[in-house]
Amino acid sequence: MSGIVGKVHSIQSMGTLDGPGVRFVVFMQGCNLRCKCCHNPDTWNMDGGVEYSAEELCKKALRYREYFSDEGGVTVSGGEPLLQAEFVNELFCRLHKEGIHTCLDTSGSLLNDAIKRLLQNTDRVLLDIKYTTDEQYIDNVGCSLAAPLAFLAYLNEQKIPTTLRQVIIEGINDNEENVFTLKEIAHNNTCVDKIELLPFRKICQTKYDAMKITFPFADVPETKAEAIEKLNKLLDKHTK
Amino acid sequence: MKHENWNGFTDGIWQDEINVRDFIQKNYKEYKGDDSFLSGATERTKGVMKKLEELFALERQRGGVLDIDTDTVSSLTNYAPGYLDKENEIIVGLQTDSPLKRGVNPFGGMRMARQACEAYGYKLGDSVEEDFRYRTTHNDGVFRAYTEEMRRARKCHVITGLPDAYGRGRIIGDYRRVALYGVDRLIEEKNNDKDKLAQKDYDAETIRLSEELYRQILFLGYLKQMAQMYGFDISQPASNAKEAVQWTYFAYLGAIKEQNGAAMSLGRVSTFFDIYIERDFEKGILTEEGAQELMDDFVMKLRMARHLRTPEYNELFGGDPMWITEAVGGMGEDARTLVTKNSYRILNTLYTLGSSPEPNLTILWSKQLPESFKKFCAKVSADTDSIQYENDDIMRPIYGDDYAIACCVSAMKIGKQMQFFGARCNLAKLLLIAINGGYDTTSKMHIGPQMPVMDMKTLDFDAVMKRFDIYISWLSKLYVNTMNVIHYMHDKYAYEKTQMALHDTQVERFMAFGIAGLSVVADSLSAIRYAKVKPVKNEDGYISSFETEGEFPKYGNDDDRVDTIARDMAHKFITELRKTKTYREAIHTLSVLTITSNVMYGKNTGETPDGRKEAQPFAPGANPMHNREENGALASLNSVAKISYDDCRDGVSNTFSITPEALGRTKDARIGNLVTILDGYFAKKAHHINVNVLNRETLMKAYENPEAYPNLTIRVSGYAVNFHKLSREQQREVISRTFHESV
Repeated sequence: MSGIVGKVHSIQSMGTLDGPGVRFVVFMQGCNLRCKCCHNPDTWNMDGGVEYSAEELCKKALRYREYFSDEGGVTVSGGEPLLQAEFVNELFCRLHKEGIHTCLDTSGSLLNDAIKRLLQNTDRVLLDIKYTTDEQYIDNVGCSLAAPLAFLAYLNEQKIPTTLRQVIIEGINDNEENVFTLKEIAHNNTCVDKIELLPFRKICQTKYDAMKITFPFADVPETKAEAIEKLNKLLDKHTK
Repeated sequence: MKHENWNGFTDGIWQDEINVRDFIQKNYKEYKGDDSFLSGATERTKGVMKKLEELFALERQRGGVLDIDTDTVSSLTNYAPGYLDKENEIIVGLQTDSPLKRGVNPFGGMRMARQACEAYGYKLGDSVEEDFRYRTTHNDGVFRAYTEEMRRARKCHVITGLPDAYGRGRIIGDYRRVALYGVDRLIEEKNNDKDKLAQKDYDAETIRLSEELYRQILFLGYLKQMAQMYGFDISQPASNAKEAVQWTYFAYLGAIKEQNGAAMSLGRVSTFFDIYIERDFEKGILTEEGAQELMDDFVMKLRMARHLRTPEYNELFGGDPMWITEAVGGMGEDARTLVTKNSYRILNTLYTLGSSPEPNLTILWSKQLPESFKKFCAKVSADTDSIQYENDDIMRPIYGDDYAIACCVSAMKIGKQMQFFGARCNLAKLLLIAINGGYDTTSKMHIGPQMPVMDMKTLDFDAVMKRFDIYISWLSKLYVNTMNVIHYMHDKYAYEKTQMALHDTQVERFMAFGIAGLSVVADSLSAIRYAKVKPVKNEDGYISSFETEGEFPKYGNDDDRVDTIARDMAHKFITELRKTKTYREAIHTLSVLTITSNVMYGKNTGETPDGRKEAQPFAPGANPMHNREENGALASLNSVAKISYDDCRDGVSNTFSITPEALGRTKDARIGNLVTILDGYFAKKAHHINVNVLNRETLMKAYENPEAYPNLTIRVSGYAVNFHKLSREQQREVISRTFHESV
C-alpha cells in the first residue's frame, strides 16, 4: 500500500468550515466534474498539483494536532478526493493510528472498491448534494443525481455519519421545494445528522480570469446571508 | 501583627511581612462557573460614562489633546483635586485638577516637554523653564555620557526608540500593598530596611540604595498627602472593597503623576479585589451590581490616564497608549485557578463601558483554566478585539503565580522584579549595514567595523552569515553599553520613587533588549540560502537593492528551513548580548516586539533580499511578513511558536487577525474554535497572541470615515488602540496585514 503518491492542490492549516472543530484541510488535485458553480477551477486538471506521499502528508497534519482538541481533525477535499481514493485511504489509515478524526468532502459521484475501502477509514462524510433534480444535475454538474444518491445509500448502509451540504444559488435552488426534497433525502438516510446550506460566492472569479476561462455563473448574483437564514428556518420547521 | 481592618481574612505570614501573594493564596475563592452572574451597567454608570464619552469626543476634536497645564510640573501633590463627576463617581482621583487635562513632566527631558506643548499649540510655562534651568534631567545626563558611536547608532536608527528623553516605564509598583497594609506600615518596613543597611560596607551600591530608600519613604509620605487632598486617609489598611479599589488606585495614580514612562502597567489586581468584594458580600454590605460599579468606576479612571507626548513619539508608539496592563486569570502553583468572579467583572467592563484599548487586559492563559472562563474570554475577543493572551503555562514555572505583565509582554514578579526598558534594534538594517561593510544607505552614514562591500555576483549564505556575525557582535556590545548609560542616568535623575517604594528593597532587575525585523531577516537569509540573490549597487558603490531569482521558503508557513533561521537568530542575539556586563547586574532579556514602530522601522530601512521594498513597513513583532503565508493561519502560528521563550524572556509578540467567517459558521462555533486555537498555540509553547476578529472592510470604512468609528478598537502589537488614533500610515499598514479569511 505504501509508496503511492498523491497529488495535492493546496493545504489550509486552519479550516473551520469543512467538518467539525478546527481542521487541517487538504485539497486534492483533479476533478471528474465540471460544476458551473465551482469555486476551485484550479483543482480540475489531473496533471497539476504537488506530489506527497501519505506518510509526508500525515506528518504535516500531525504538526497541528494540538489545535484539533476533541472535535477537530483532518478533512480531505478537492478537487475530487475519490479520484485518489487509494492514497487518501492510506493517509486516513495513518491518521487513525494517531487517533485523528478523518473527514471526507466529496461530490459522491463515484463508487468502487477502492472508495469503499477508503470509507471504512472515514469518520464523517461531507456529501455535496449539489441539486435535488436530475435536470439540474445534468445541466449544471455533468452527471446524474443517481450517482450521489447511490453513494449516500452506501454511506447509510455502512452507517457513516454524514453531513449533506448544498450551495444555494439564486434562481436555481433557493426555493422551498428544493429544501424539502433535501430534508426528505436526509430523512430516508439516517446516517445524515446535519444539513448545511452554503451561500454561492464569486470570490473565485479571479481564478477563472487567471486561467483565462469563463466562469459560467459569472452573472449569477451572490447569495445573501438572509436568503440562507430563511431556508434554514424552513429546514428547521420541516424537522418538527 | 493584626489589624482590625483585616477581620474576616484568613491569617498568614502576610500579616508579619509584606507578602501580597500569601494574602491572596490564603483568602481568594476560585470561580469555575460562567458569566451568567454578571450585571450590566447601572444608570449611574451610564451617566458618568456619558460624561466621559463627551470629553473623549472633545479631545478628538481638539486634535488628540484636550488641555495642558503648562505651568505645573506633574507630581503627586502639585494639583488640586480633580473630578469627573463629583456627586456620582465612586472612585476618585485625577492626574491633574481636571479630567483629561495633561500635565507636563520634564524630568525625562526639557526638549520633549517643550516640543510636546508646542505640537498642540501651547507653550511650556516660564516658571517650569526657570525651575529646570539649574536642574539636570535624565536626558541631559544621558547625553553627557553617550559616546560618539552611541550617538551615531541612535541617529541612523539601528538602535532606536531608546528611553533617553522620557520616562523608561515598564516598572510595576505593587499597588495592592497600599490597600492591604496602608502606607504607614509600608513606611515602617522601608525604615527597617534602611536601618539594616547600616550593617553593610557603604560601597557605591549601598549608598545609592540608601538614598533611594530615603526618597521612597519621602514619596510614600507624599502619597498619603495626595489621598488626603481627596479626603482619604490611606495610612491604614483598606476596610472594605471600595477602599481597597480606592487605595490601590491612589497608589497607581501617584505613580503616573510622578512618572511618564512609556508603559505604566497596573499589575494583577482583579483577583486581589475579589477577596474584599467577597468579604463585603458576606457582611451584606455590597451587591453584585455594586461590585460591578466599583470595577466600572475604577476602569473609567484608568481609561482617563494620559501623558503628554510629542508627535515623533506617537509615530513610534501609535495610538497614545499607556499600557495599563492588567493580568487576568492564570493558575496557581497549587493547581487552583486564579480566576475569580472579579476576573469576569473586569472583562465585563468592555460591555458595561464599551470596548476600549485601556486598560490593556491580558489573559494569562493556561490549558487548565476553567472551560467556561476560556469561552467567556473568546467571546469577549470576538465581540471587542480588546484583549490579548499570554501563556501562563510557560511563565508560571519561571515567575511563580504572582507575576504580572509590564507593557505588552514583559513578565515580572510583582514587587520583586523590575526591568530596565531597552527598546529595540533594527536587525534588518543591521544585515544591510553588514553587507555594505559598515555603511547605512538610508542615513548615508558609516557605522560599525569598516570593511569592503560584499562584492559578489550572487550572495553566498555562509559568507553573509560570517559577516553578519561580526556586526551582531559589534552591535550587541554597543547596545548593552548604551542601555547602561540610559539606566544609570534614569536612576540618578528620574528615579521612580513611588513605584520602587512599592517593591521589595532588594529587587531583581532585568535589562530588556529587543529586536525588530526578525521576519524580514529570516526571509532575507532564506532567500540568500535557497534562491539566488544578486546585489545591485547604487552610484555610490553601495548595495541598495537586490535581484532575487527562484523560490525560497518563507517564515510563516511552518517550514523548518526558514523558521529555524528566525529561531537561531534570536538565540544568537541574546547570546551575544550576554557577553557585555549590565548596569546593576541586571539579567539580559530579549523581546521580539515592535509596538507600532514596525512602520517607522520599515521607513528607515532600505530594500532587503526577501523582496521587501525600501521603506516598506516591517511585520509587527514576531509576525511573518504580510501576505507571505500560503498554508493558512495555523501554519503561521506554528512558525512563531518556534521562537524560544528561553531566548526571548521579554516576550514574543504575535498579532493575529481573522475574519469572523473564517473562525466558524455560527457564533458558538467561533468561540469554541478560538478556544481550541489558543489551547493549541500555547501547547506549542508560544508566548503571546493578540486576537482581532474583524473584516478588512470594517477597517477600510473606518479609514475613510474615522469619526463614524470612535470606539473601534484593534489589537496591534502587545496592546490595543482606538483605530482612529493611529496615523494614516499606521492605519494603512494595519489594513495591509494578513487577514486569515475563509477559503
